[in-house]
Amino acid sequence: MAKGIRDKVAIIGMGCSRFGERWDAGPDDLMLEAFQECIQDAGIAKTDIQAGWMGVFFDEQSVGKSALPLSMALRLPNIPVTRVENLCATGTEALRGAVYAVAAGACDIAIAMGVEKLKDTGFGGLPERTKGTFEDLWLPQNTAPGGFAQLGAAYAARTRTDMADLKRAMAHISVKSHANGALNPKAHLRNPITEQQVLDARMVAYPLGLFDCAGVSDGAACAIVTTPEIAKSLGKHNPVTVKALQLAPSNGVELAHGSWDGSYTLTTRIAAKRAYEEAGIKDPRAELSLIEVHDCFSVTELVVMEDLGLSPEGGAVADVMDGFFDRDGKIPCQIDGGLKCFGHPIGATGLRMVYEIYLQLQGRAGERQLPDPRFGLTHNLGGLPNRNITSVAIIGRLEG
Amino acid sequence: MTQHPIGITGFGAYIPRLRLSRKAMAVALDWLDPNLAAQGKGERAMANWDEDSLTMAVEAARDLLTARALCPDRLVFASTTLPFQDRSNAGLITDALGLGETTRPADATGSLRAATSALLAALEQSGTTLLTAGDRRLARPGSVQDFTYGHGAAAVTVGSGPGVIAEFLGGHSLFRDLVDHYRAEGEIADYVLEERWARDEGYLKIVPAVVQGALAKAGIGADQVDHFILPGTQAKIQVTLAAKLGLRPDSVVDPLAATVGDTGAAHPLLMLADILGRTAPGRIVLLVGYGQGADAILLRTTPALADFIPATGVAGWLARRQSEDRYLKHLSFSGMVDIHFGMRAEHDKRTAHTVAYRKRDMVNGLTGGRCGSCGCVQFPRTRACVNPACGAFNTQTPVRLADEPAAVKTFTEDWLGFTPCPPLAYGNVQFANGANVMMEFTDIQAGQLSVGLPVRLVFRLKDDDEKRGFRRYFWKATPAVATTV
Repeated sequence: MAKGIRDKVAIIGMGCSRFGERWDAGPDDLMLEAFQECIQDAGIAKTDIQAGWMGVFFDEQSVGKSALPLSMALRLPNIPVTRVENLCATGTEALRGAVYAVAAGACDIAIAMGVEKLKDTGFGGLPERTKGTFEDLWLPQNTAPGGFAQLGAAYAARTRTDMADLKRAMAHISVKSHANGALNPKAHLRNPITEQQVLDARMVAYPLGLFDCAGVSDGAACAIVTTPEIAKSLGKHNPVTVKALQLAPSNGVELAHGSWDGSYTLTTRIAAKRAYEEAGIKDPRAELSLIEVHDCFSVTELVVMEDLGLSPEGGAVADVMDGFFDRDGKIPCQIDGGLKCFGHPIGATGLRMVYEIYLQLQGRAGERQLPDPRFGLTHNLGGLPNRNITSVAIIGRLEG
Repeated sequence: MTQHPIGITGFGAYIPRLRLSRKAMAVALDWLDPNLAAQGKGERAMANWDEDSLTMAVEAARDLLTARALCPDRLVFASTTLPFQDRSNAGLITDALGLGETTRPADATGSLRAATSALLAALEQSGTTLLTAGDRRLARPGSVQDFTYGHGAAAVTVGSGPGVIAEFLGGHSLFRDLVDHYRAEGEIADYVLEERWARDEGYLKIVPAVVQGALAKAGIGADQVDHFILPGTQAKIQVTLAAKLGLRPDSVVDPLAATVGDTGAAHPLLMLADILGRTAPGRIVLLVGYGQGADAILLRTTPALADFIPATGVAGWLARRQSEDRYLKHLSFSGMVDIHFGMRAEHDKRTAHTVAYRKRDMVNGLTGGRCGSCGCVQFPRTRACVNPACGAFNTQTPVRLADEPAAVKTFTEDWLGFTPCPPLAYGNVQFANGANVMMEFTDIQAGQLSVGLPVRLVFRLKDDDEKRGFRRYFWKATPAVATTV
């Protein structure tokens, strides 16, 4: 019987480029920027890496298909490199590949790299793309905000929340993330904002205004992973380890079965439950020290607090307004600014979240360091509420 | 009366919801021609950006078929604005209506009397015909036609037996190549000649000849006609002709100029649907279609008329309306101005026709699947049941969703995504039979959508692939009970 991934793999090095509108950098530059920090942090040589996983979502945009962009950008010595793509869970999927390879004993040291170069389209927002030859014949040509915006009215209807109250809670989420992002030198958006600014912003997709939406950013993030034994041999005592790494894709229920009411993300509930079990977490609300969730839009952050089992059903608005997820709250959320302000280069995002947890667990998060964190959770939600992929990772330190 | 009279067995109509104020049009054009102010009375029906002659003809046919379902031998689509010159437009309508492959489709076009000629042909043969006519004629900005034209559709079924609501008494046709207007291949708008010549040499000579021919064939006196239907936008043309023909003044049917405008090939049938919706049994109807000659058709309503009520009907469609006073919007919908929609509008809308063919019943007819194992209704129909408690393979049979009751489950109004008429509204729609489909909303007002709002499904234009001259259709949801503004 499989026992899961807990404590089988250690993270010995991480790197993250500055996120933002990187007019100065292409995907190869961004990957190298993240890698230089990562390899130095790991304290190994490039030639010690035996396999690589590279995650990029919009491959045709500027990065290109296959794993060649990573192999070429880093001039890797012809080691096996695999390209993965799983919507907004792409970065975490790359990490999963590297972690599983080490856990399997197929290699000692592996790298996971996520990258996205979004700002070469010439227009704001995410690039346009086809949904598939059949899907284009019937699904609306929706945008990302329009996809997630639908959670708003459905959540308000289910929980009997007044839309004005929901909008205020959504605004609180964005204000909090901007305040956090302001303390992060690598973040895309570093300007504090007010609740009134959020509420007064122009509508993007009802009920989401401009400040309810994450930044569209360029960036790269990476991790080098190995066994806890090798980590210790490299002088990394109590190394950061992967406690859980779970993935749950939709199977069509939300899209085509009447049982889903549109107000929550079904796969988050499934992936979270599995992740807590894998990590041995019984009471996530009490045990988690910090979380990085997929706040592509403020309303997404709000509803997934319930899907992750952190807020009671219908209780997310109260928790948010009580400051439960603020930097000085019980479970700080998006302490690095989140997708909202650190930015959202899609392929890099999952690894960026792990990067923040990794720094926090080692007390290396600078101005935004939290006191004595123990477990951090990362969550990605790729796709739309009715057709998506959730990844949940739980990161801690090897104890004893 | 014969034992098995042939005649009309049902009727339906469709008038798009937007009604463009002619006063607003005249104001927008006052710099061009102050005399256009005389045209600034009433309003004209204006198709939404996602409506064309074909989608309107589908709605008119559904208005009829909802009241009395049937699977006709033939489906004829009459229009001078067919979306395709080589692809069966009528065939696409049979798919949208879910009629199956044995209903023979045919397009009737080439003249404003395409519908009346097709109606005469249907009345003169055995079997059942569904005739639906729709027109979305464009006119140049500043032309009188832009004021007088309207968009709309109407449908009738023809057959025999006790279901006949208007018995065919006789008909007459004349062809005369009088070119008072025309539209050549590749042209978007009509070229129109002098009104006085069109009236004196055309209407006032051709209509009397064809009407007298029909009356003689049917053995009916002019004063016996209860309802005289003649489309035409010229002032008092119907009244003038009634007097000239000896028809009773009260027989003249309102051409709907003040509320709809002239809907081209559809207009004779639209006026017929209007009168059949409010007349009594035993009345004689004279229906005239005009265009390079004319058709005249005499009908007598039967007691069965009282049993036929279209789902919405002309009166219902007239009441379902939204005032529109933005002439620029009309010009953009008509393609007369090239509005800047931003780079997102550049998204390639190429169709994979092999896929469209494989999935044609799902896309054209909104047909999903019902699992034979658990009964779960789902869209799209696939090889594996979506019910998490079932998941059976190869169990689904087709089930049409287009006519099922449904309600809004989730929604948004998206100002970022491209649509010719922002915002792009879409969301998940929950069907009463359990199916869920994410789809676009159309014909809505800002703020009208809410969770649980009942909707009905309508066949609309999904995308226009301008690069390849192809347009895609799919179903959208619209509020079931339209508010009137």
